[in-house]
Amino acid sequence: MARGAQPLGRIRAPGLAVAFAIAGFLGASVWAVAAKAAGRPGFLTAADLAALRFTLIQAALSAALSVGLAIPVARALARRRFAGRGALITLLGAPFILPVIVAVLGLIAVFGRSGLLNELLALAHLPKISIYGLAGVVLGHVFLNLPLGIRLILQGWQAIPSERVRLAVELEGSRWRLLEWPMLRSVLPGAFLAVFLICLTSFTVALTLGGGPKATTLELAIYQAVRFDFDLAKAAQLALLQLALGAVFAAVAYRSGAALGMGAGLGRQGFAIAPHGRLSTALDTFWIALAATFLLLPMVMVVANGLGGLNGLPSGIGVAVLRSVLVALAAAALSVALALALALRGGPVAMLVGSLPLATSALVVGTGVFLMLHGLINPTRAALPVTAALNALVGLPFVFRGISSAVEETEANYGRLAASLGLFGWARLRLLILPRLRRPLGFAAGLAAAMSVGDLGVILLFSGGDQETLPLMMYRLMGAYRMEAAAGVALVLVVVSLSLFWLFDRGGRADADA
Amino acid sequence: MRKTHLSHVAGLCLIASGAMAETPVLTVYTYDSFTSEWGPGPAVEAAFEETCGCDLQFVAAGDGAALLSRVLLEGASTEADIVLGLDTTLTEKALASGLFAPHGDLAPLDLPVEWIDPTFVPFDWGWFAFVANADVAAPADFEALAASDLKIVIQDPRSSTPGLGLVMWVKAAYGDRAGEIWSALADNIVTVTPGWSEAYGLFLEGEADAVLSYTTSPAYHLIAEGDASKVAWAFAEGHYLQVEVAGKIAGTDQPDLADAFLDFMLTSGFQSVIPTTNWMYPAVTPEGGLPEGYEQMISPVQSLLYSSAEAQAVRDAAVEEWRAALSR
Amino acid sequence: MLTLENLTIEQGDFRLKADWSVPEGSVTAIVGPSGGGKSTLLSMIGGYFSPTSGRIFWKEADIGALPPGKRPVSTLFQDNNLFPHLTVAQNVGLALRPDLRLGVGENEQVEAALAEVGLGGFGARKPGTLSGGQASRAALARVLLQSRPLILLDEPFSALGPAMRREMLELVAEKLKGRTVLMVTHDPEDAKQIADLLVMVDGGVANAPVATSKAFARPGPALAAYLGRK
Repeated sequence: MARGAQPLGRIRAPGLAVAFAIAGFLGASVWAVAAKAAGRPGFLTAADLAALRFTLIQAALSAALSVGLAIPVARALARRRFAGRGALITLLGAPFILPVIVAVLGLIAVFGRSGLLNELLALAHLPKISIYGLAGVVLGHVFLNLPLGIRLILQGWQAIPSERVRLAVELEGSRWRLLEWPMLRSVLPGAFLAVFLICLTSFTVALTLGGGPKATTLELAIYQAVRFDFDLAKAAQLALLQLALGAVFAAVAYRSGAALGMGAGLGRQGFAIAPHGRLSTALDTFWIALAATFLLLPMVMVVANGLGGLNGLPSGIGVAVLRSVLVALAAAALSVALALALALRGGPVAMLVGSLPLATSALVVGTGVFLMLHGLINPTRAALPVTAALNALVGLPFVFRGISSAVEETEANYGRLAASLGLFGWARLRLLILPRLRRPLGFAAGLAAAMSVGDLGVILLFSGGDQETLPLMMYRLMGAYRMEAAAGVALVLVVVSLSLFWLFDRGGRADADA
Repeated sequence: MRKTHLSHVAGLCLIASGAMAETPVLTVYTYDSFTSEWGPGPAVEAAFEETCGCDLQFVAAGDGAALLSRVLLEGASTEADIVLGLDTTLTEKALASGLFAPHGDLAPLDLPVEWIDPTFVPFDWGWFAFVANADVAAPADFEALAASDLKIVIQDPRSSTPGLGLVMWVKAAYGDRAGEIWSALADNIVTVTPGWSEAYGLFLEGEADAVLSYTTSPAYHLIAEGDASKVAWAFAEGHYLQVEVAGKIAGTDQPDLADAFLDFMLTSGFQSVIPTTNWMYPAVTPEGGLPEGYEQMISPVQSLLYSSAEAQAVRDAAVEEWRAALSR
Repeated sequence: MLTLENLTIEQGDFRLKADWSVPEGSVTAIVGPSGGGKSTLLSMIGGYFSPTSGRIFWKEADIGALPPGKRPVSTLFQDNNLFPHLTVAQNVGLALRPDLRLGVGENEQVEAALAEVGLGGFGARKPGTLSGGQASRAALARVLLQSRPLILLDEPFSALGPAMRREMLELVAEKLKGRTVLMVTHDPEDAKQIADLLVMVDGGVANAPVATSKAFARPGPALAAYLGRK
């Protein structure tokens, strides 16, 4: 914005407080771990450097592929209208909210050595393919994160007002050059960054699909330091390295991301004026079918495996569902409140703080919180609130991504009008921001809730054993040879998680702007 | 069952905390699967509480490594009276913390090795082994496995106790040749998972011919599922032993109860539930012997085990050897 | 009287200077080539842009430090004059209370303002369902209700057809009689239709206002160039 521009009554103060609180919290957790350490960390070993290199390579590849593939898919979804489109978009989001181990098993049922793909190849007398290695890691990350890419980019497309599309059509200008490329330029850096940072802290996927210690990530090194070597100095050192990498990339993405200046329409959704050419229709169909097959087939396998386990569900399943849902609702509420405060503030600080939790080792932060709580209260008693709070933090970057461009757009388009009418503070939030953000807020809250349901996260560190959430129950069943029952719990988890997402997302869409 | 009991206790606490304070509480930190509905926890708790006049509370903390890490994090102010579920690759580090107190006299143990540790009391044990489908031709030893086309899934020694056990197994069996064995095995390894659950899941999905687990794993399939299709491969080098132990926290406020628990641990009330809940061998064979089906499990020709001090000494180098060999 | 005292803004290559005043109750048209700074001038008066130097007086009061909502100013922007998620009545009601907690009497005032611009009965509709002309009328209704003496029109009707635009200007002239109006326009006809005074913005200067009739009868060189006359 121009230098001479007046601050037009944006609600900035809470965002600054939230930014300090989050940065302070993350810093304090790492500090707590470092303070408990016996000595100083040594230099990074050759193995650490190899882990760093592999971490960066796989994260960059995974992010590039996830975002690159998401572009044509999101574009096709944005401009085509067909029966079941809404349901398909919701379902395509499913892999992102799965517990990683469930996703990995679903993926392997399709791409594994005895998966569907290799059975097809065998039928055709073709040699088997093996995914384990860098390819497997990237495949796993694309499977988990393509849904995020599609949703973020789809939002960008949907944010192009129909008036602009009509105008471009009338002007016979290139829609790509006039509307789509500028939109992508502003959305892509953020989407790439989000996926990149997620993959930066990858643990289970990198290890399980990586095929061996070549595919060692920083997060594994941290895990080893905390759990096996009890070398907290090293854990803190590596966690800081991760944080620094995250901060650097967040800064780069912020600099390269142009502000979204699409102008405001009267809220008619209308990107669906699709070109009618046969080729473009065929291409769009191809992309939608490809994404649907790639993302849904492993889900189908998860469901198919789970159906068999539904008979053997443990008795505590009902309570576990309730517990998971309550934690998810609390996490979603907190996440949305924090992200909204940050987004309203805007600017580089908000962007940085809104991205940092992604680049933070959950294990180190969890351990730090544990150390901070221990001595004050029994950490076991605080298991569920702490889980909700940390899940909120894990979800924060996605919620922030999901709403910040909408906040910017709302302020850019209606900030002057709001200022001229004296619309400040609470009234501005209630009458301008919240109604304008209904759709992205519903989406973001649904995402945060769904992610929380699927997150095993810190509960392992805190739970004393009698506060079982769905992922913990699933994990314990697996640990007790009961893979079928675990698959049944995984299915329940997927259903609960998707239902929560669907309810929130739908709540945001219903009657929006009518 | 345990859950109802605990919430009952919590409810009573709210109403009449004074009355509850008279019942002493023994807090046992253990790993996750011990306390689960299908683990030994519920039966053990019921049996001990019948005689102790106390409230036995389990606190679960991830796996064995996470368990130790939690105790170390809490340090001297830990609420644990007993820590149950470490194995011999972890005990040296636990001992060095100075948090644990020596145990008293032990009942005679049924372990394949002599037990002389003054601090930690074994409660069950098992041999590591590759578990496979019965219709796959079993290799005779690591070298035969390496020479075959057989595919295996293993766990990462940097994040998993069975994974570390395998590295110790190869080291104990081959000494200086361990690196060479790992290099030869590299093309047999489909992947390395962070924990036992992921590896076993992959194996059941058909991703590999065999998975690193225990000689007793087939007993689960046989007894709980009536499925006789899984077997453990018997290796000529012998099998590395995992001995799971418990220890008393030195600063416990319930020293007598803690000793009583360690004694109880080696009686039938505890030991008889181990084979069909933890799927391991009991440290003291219970009066009724092992459950039917266990006689079908393989008995290794030799048990390999480093003492906890040796284990600590060779561990880092052995893991690095493993990493280097598989990273090429 | 609205007085701009040595008002200047400089930003990179762009600069604009204004040093004049217009009497209360007058309608002033601001014309000039695109990019000359017509909208920037209104933004400074409205409080959306800080001038580099100079002062703005309404009557005797310096209003340059006030936030937009506190100035005696109502603005109709080029677009986005209505919040699409609020009903027409709510949009107009914002003029009375920014928190929209309207009493019975205030709701009646809103209805009356809507009726005055010919939108009686449209209160429950959302702006998306209105035609361009109707949307302009709804925004005008809010300005009427705001009762602020100084009105800034930043080409709010430029998207309307010529007949509709003339109609809106007539409505503005009629309903805003007695208020001081500054109006940016591209069309000299607009100026002729309702403006008493004309300000020519060109070459980094917003020239002092002259009577519209005089200006068009004997245009200066800048206006002549703008109008395309030799």
